[in-house]
Amino acid sequence: MRTDRSNWNTLFILVRRDVLKTWRESADLLYPIMFFVLVTILFPFALSPETLVLRSFAGGLLWIAALLAMSVSLENLFKTDYSSGALEAIVLSGVSLLLVGLAKAIANWVLSGLPIIILAIPLALSLGIDTFSLSILLLSLTLGSATISLIGTSIGALSVGLRSAGMLVIVLALPFFIPILIFGAVATSNSQTGLIPEAELYFLAGLLVLTVTLTPWATASAIRTRLG
Amino acid sequence: MAAFLSMGGYAAYVWSSYAITFGIMILLYVHTKRQGEKHLRWLRRHIVTRDNEK
Amino acid sequence: MFKFFYHYSSLRNFYFFSEKLMPFLITIFLGLIIYSLYGALISAPADYQQGDSFRIIYVHVPSAWMSLLVYMAMGLSAVSVLVWRVKLAEITLSAIAPIGATFTLAALVTGSIWGKPMWGTWWEWDARLTSELVLLFLYLGVIALLRAIDDRRTGARSASILCLIGIVNIPIVHYSVEWWNTLHQGPTVSKFDSPSIHIDMLIPLLTMTVAFMLYFIIISLYRIRSAILVYDKETQWVKDLITSSKREQI
Repeated sequence: MRTDRSNWNTLFILVRRDVLKTWRESADLLYPIMFFVLVTILFPFALSPETLVLRSFAGGLLWIAALLAMSVSLENLFKTDYSSGALEAIVLSGVSLLLVGLAKAIANWVLSGLPIIILAIPLALSLGIDTFSLSILLLSLTLGSATISLIGTSIGALSVGLRSAGMLVIVLALPFFIPILIFGAVATSNSQTGLIPEAELYFLAGLLVLTVTLTPWATASAIRTRLG
Repeated sequence: MAAFLSMGGYAAYVWSSYAITFGIMILLYVHTKRQGEKHLRWLRRHIVTRDNEK
Repeated sequence: MFKFFYHYSSLRNFYFFSEKLMPFLITIFLGLIIYSLYGALISAPADYQQGDSFRIIYVHVPSAWMSLLVYMAMGLSAVSVLVWRVKLAEITLSAIAPIGATFTLAALVTGSIWGKPMWGTWWEWDARLTSELVLLFLYLGVIALLRAIDDRRTGARSASILCLIGIVNIPIVHYSVEWWNTLHQGPTVSKFDSPSIHIDMLIPLLTMTVAFMLYFIIISLYRIRSAILVYDKETQWVKDLITSSKREQI
């Protein structure tokens, strides 16, 4: 029976492996970031450059952009490992697949969620958000993006190696992101009217806890299924 | 009869609802039947050729 | 009880058992649907407020109920696939997903058409319609995943996982949308309240629902039986069946 200490070690090793691999070897690092910024700046062009108008939509707008940018990064989670055979090796090595699933989700969050949260600061300010709402936005984004990474990892595991896996993952996952979007966007817009969005943030936190508990099982099951 | 067809003025809504619902249910039935026949044809060919190979 | 399930979850036994059932099911279905249509369109009295437009209820509500029923059946199949690896459950899951999507689509379209005379708009972003829309995406997602994976057994397992993720998420989506609606309460909210539905109006609704259930069972049995023959194509009983009887239909 593995000790807790060695489980944490394994998790850390797996996360570090994924993060460093992407950091060193691919341009995939930049895609979520660029997509997030690009989608966000499309809205002023489409709607209006007036700060007053933009401010009223800013929360939902940034949330949609964040959602889409994170979805884009889900395709490649398992792709390289699957095609290089590394995934099979990991499964055969007897490492707990729960840890693998969790590690992939954490790596995805570090590589796409975290940059998005950081970039949200200048983008939100450019849309005219006040500092209090910005803090609520960032908090909701932190909780929500972690949930998105977890759910996205499960669905990414389900479609690894399939044709058009990228689009498939996005299409399958987006309906499940709707509650996160609702509560994140409403939290931000409510805070803009001076309320403290406790309920929304609690719900996001609760959703995160539920997701952390359940999705690693789904991801492990998916990996085992896809590898036959 | 006229009253039945006009549905108190809501004819367009009521009849289109019924038409669409039963329409897609019939379409599903037809699709299922055709798929069944396709499977059957495939199976016959598959089994006959395998038996001939033996 | 367990023996019953164990015996009939064998593909061969299920195939022959369902063959005997089909004529009964089809006869009862046809009788019920005619009776229900008569009840829905003719004998049920027109509504006091909505007039004859309320008759849409007789296709809308059964469709919606069936879309949820099939969703639950899919969930049960998914559990059977993942926990006990029952082959029949794999086949059932793949077979009923399109049926569920059909009912969901019918519910959405008829609900939208009914909305026009009732609420004045073709669409309302209320909890029920929006959740039903998300349910349609779940069905489509399961169908898409099944089609994307070539190996039938792996595909069924993957679809089962997706289905169970959906089962957990659909109530969450429903709750979130309901909550979101209470925040953004529009000015023209008219909830469809039927405090106590008249018995003459209720009976066609119930019979129509049973008719739709029979339709579901008949179509899914048809699809399942067809898939059973393909799944078990290497076995002797299928070979005998195909070559000997010159069947024209499944």
